[in-house]
Amino acid sequence: MDKDILIEYLPLYKDALFLTMKIGWQGILLAFVIGLVGSAILYFKVRVVKNILGVYIEVFRNTPLLVQLFFIYFALPKVGVQISAEACGVLGLGLLGGAYMIETFRSGVEAIPIIQSESAASLGMSHFQILWHVILPQAISISVPGILANVIFLLKETSVFSTISLMDLMFTAKDLIGMYAKTIECLFLLVVFYLIMLLPISIIGAVVERRMRYGQFGD
Amino acid sequence: MASLGIDVLFKGTNLLRLLQGLWVSIEISLISVVLSILLGLIVGVLMTINNKFLKAILKLYLETVRIMPQMVLLFIVYFGTTRVFGWDMSAESSAIFVFTFWGTAEMGDLVRGSIKSIPTIQFESAMALGMDKIQTYIYIILPQTVRRLIPLSINLITRMIKTTSLVMMIGIVEVLKVAQQIIEANRNSSPNAAFGVFLVVFLLYFIVCWPISRLATYLEKRWA
Repeated sequence: MDKDILIEYLPLYKDALFLTMKIGWQGILLAFVIGLVGSAILYFKVRVVKNILGVYIEVFRNTPLLVQLFFIYFALPKVGVQISAEACGVLGLGLLGGAYMIETFRSGVEAIPIIQSESAASLGMSHFQILWHVILPQAISISVPGILANVIFLLKETSVFSTISLMDLMFTAKDLIGMYAKTIECLFLLVVFYLIMLLPISIIGAVVERRMRYGQFGD
Repeated sequence: MASLGIDVLFKGTNLLRLLQGLWVSIEISLISVVLSILLGLIVGVLMTINNKFLKAILKLYLETVRIMPQMVLLFIVYFGTTRVFGWDMSAESSAIFVFTFWGTAEMGDLVRGSIKSIPTIQFESAMALGMDKIQTYIYIILPQTVRRLIPLSINLITRMIKTTSLVMMIGIVEVLKVAQQIIEANRNSSPNAAFGVFLVVFLLYFIVCWPISRLATYLEKRWA
């Protein structure tokens, strides 16, 4: 391995990391919002919307992100919907993640004993108040390990962004290998940068999960 | 809809080629899933053995697979190892190797989880009856874990099929690549073909994965 080449490539990878993180986190934020709104809709059993949401969840959970991105990026412009590559990445990741987040939140909501919402109702709280003050705070804390697992999964999925010509880590590595054939150095930096991105969250996830288990012990 | 490229699919053997492309990804995933399940059973049992050294190695293996995007693993095997060791590895065999490497870890963790969820009394009763370790596993533990494992492994199949769409990146001609070729070839006659063709690819993946994941959910509920 050539040290000079590593140093030479470092800034390129740094830029790519920032781009990947930027799109990744925006997409995850979108996924989180979709998850919250979606699980609220499922909780209130809003009629037609609930069924549409069900179809959305099944479709996006059962197709690869790569195919979803191709559809948004290459197919939608043909019917007049033009989106930039970055927005397309955020949207694709958000829609995929949203489908997973809804499921995670829902299982969190289902884990809360029915007596909680019944007690709140007997105190005279409205449906929305029950959701906002009683169900959601508990549901979110129950689903934290699941949410973190989803975050890691989504950050890993960002590796397919290179196919819609976003200059992410994967794109940079592939590009540099193609141009200068310094395969080993490029792959080494690729692994290092993915570790920088994913290792901290993975460690946080492990710690939180252990904490949660202790948290349940006293119950 | 004629201008949106559905008609392109019925030109010549285009639809057949698309389905053949889909079969390539399904074939790779099926081979990898079968290998993963077999190896995963072994790895899962090894994970439950109380040996510090073994545990550390398997933990490292599991975490590596969990943390690295599959695409990075594909690149390392397809571009990296061929360079370092100078051997010749086809794209298909690199893909199968990577997906088996990944699937084995996932499966191993599922097996470990299922074994751990079996009450200790089962082990103790077997021991009280004078069974040795291997007998306990074959006659008592594995039959019970298999029932919990089947829905989880079916889920692994859909994840595998979804992940194999990545093999396009190392030059395997699968359904997305075929779709791109069809769109390119008909660029002049129907410039909007991308919509229809990618829509069909989208639906094809859904048609393949959805029944499998429904089956997994059904079995999970029934056998829970």
